[in-house]
Amino acid sequence: MAAPAVDVREVTVRYGEVLALDGASLRVEPGRVCGLIGMNGSGKSTLFKTIMGLVTPEHGTVAVDGGSSARARRAGAVAYVPQSEEVDWSFPLTVRDVVMMGRYGHLGLTRRPRRADHEAVDAALERVGVAPLASRQIGRLSGGQRKRAFVARGIAQGARVLLLDEPFAGVDRDSEATMVRLLRELAAEGAGIVVSTHDLHALPELADEAALLMRRVLLHGPTAQVLRPENLAMAFGLGLDGRAEP
Amino acid sequence: MSALATTAVDLLVDPLAYDFMVRALLTTLVASVVCAVLSCWLVLIGWSLMGDAVAHAVLPGVVLAYVVGAPFALGAVVFGFLAVGLIGVVRDTSRVKEDAAIGIVFTTLFALGLVLISVTPSQTDLNHIIFGNLLGVSWPELTQVMVLGAVVLAVLLIKSRDFTLYAFDRTHAHAIGLRPRLLGAVLLGLLALTAVVALQAVGVVLVVAMLIIPGATAYLLTDRFGRMLVLAPVISASCAVIGLYASYYLDTAPGGTVVLAQGAAFALVYLASPRHGLLGTRWAARRRRLRRERAAA
Repeated sequence: MAAPAVDVREVTVRYGEVLALDGASLRVEPGRVCGLIGMNGSGKSTLFKTIMGLVTPEHGTVAVDGGSSARARRAGAVAYVPQSEEVDWSFPLTVRDVVMMGRYGHLGLTRRPRRADHEAVDAALERVGVAPLASRQIGRLSGGQRKRAFVARGIAQGARVLLLDEPFAGVDRDSEATMVRLLRELAAEGAGIVVSTHDLHALPELADEAALLMRRVLLHGPTAQVLRPENLAMAFGLGLDGRAEP
Repeated sequence: MSALATTAVDLLVDPLAYDFMVRALLTTLVASVVCAVLSCWLVLIGWSLMGDAVAHAVLPGVVLAYVVGAPFALGAVVFGFLAVGLIGVVRDTSRVKEDAAIGIVFTTLFALGLVLISVTPSQTDLNHIIFGNLLGVSWPELTQVMVLGAVVLAVLLIKSRDFTLYAFDRTHAHAIGLRPRLLGAVLLGLLALTAVVALQAVGVVLVVAMLIIPGATAYLLTDRFGRMLVLAPVISASCAVIGLYASYYLDTAPGGTVVLAQGAAFALVYLASPRHGLLGTRWAARRRRLRRERAAA
């Protein structure tokens, strides 16, 4: 059996006085999509940062794609799709330039792309359906297209583990359905995918499993089970109508 | 050749009969090109204020290097990093916000430089560092400017794509196994070296203009980073030449006139750039509104 895509065990992270994660554990197998549910401040971003090795946990262990986070990064195994607010959308780069950045880990000193890299980028752009928009400036895409361009960067990279931070924020329903289809396909090809969201209605279709995060993982199981109102109430306090409070 | 053309050529060639004008021209050209290329990343990362800080903070380093006979570049890089380190310490370990931390650290280091100059013999040389002394650049100084400029340009162009990735998405740079902190540190080191290059031309006080204006001007002209990297140095070098000639004929301070030319170029682009200029965007909005009204009618 293949190694878990993500295997976080009993991780504690502290920022000064603030306890961001308190013994959080999460294991996601390749080929599975896991929805990570939690309020703002529940530690979703910190968990992603821990998986990527951007923060070092006080306690606990992190394994990605069967090895250390650093090894997985060097192998280009991890891709991260940032929240919209983290991106400078007026940056003078085209969609193609951004997707090409997925290849940089494979490239030499000056990161000059070779033919194989151009082909991988073309294929990734085609795959997510933004190929006709490839020479647009990155900010001249719709919300959903922007997200898919970043997923294309992960595809071009050849990532086996995909982390998506709030991919449905500011995305219309049609784009959301396209994104769900795309992520399901990638999982079917063996990618392990973790999606953080506080928008729950896309989850049953998207995620095989879900995890409720409140500084630690309160519950991790099949999506339908985790989304039961009494379980959500644990993570959100309120929100019994099935939609989390923002 | 018509008389008018002859006069124009004379106007351009006359000043170059003086050796000091040739050196001044070469110095401004090198400084303006190196600064302009670096400025493309600085304005996109949001490091304009940091550029200002480092450019000022290198002063004591340059003075101390002069005193002990070490290369200016060494003193500048040491104090450049010292400034960035101190800014980080003040910001992270007190309730003072980053802009205040930058303001405190760089002015203090700059003041230290001024005090060191006042107690160092041969004051005339060192005062030139503050306001520049374009017309008094010697051949050895020009050689230093060219060597440093070439080093900075080479590193910037070889690692161009990495710096752009760093500016755009540090998290991704980290996620694919690069070392964004190292890239940031290299960029800061290049910033300190560039400050040394440019202070020969316009002095510490005006270096920051050459480190921000060309990149910002090019950013208003294009949505392609590759084109920014061409436009910024072309604009900056043109302004340097125009400014230098203007200062020769108007008998004004050369460093100041060069920066004024850059400011004027920015103002022109700010108003008239087709895509991101004030008039361009206003006209586009007006056209859209008229079209809507016509469609509604």
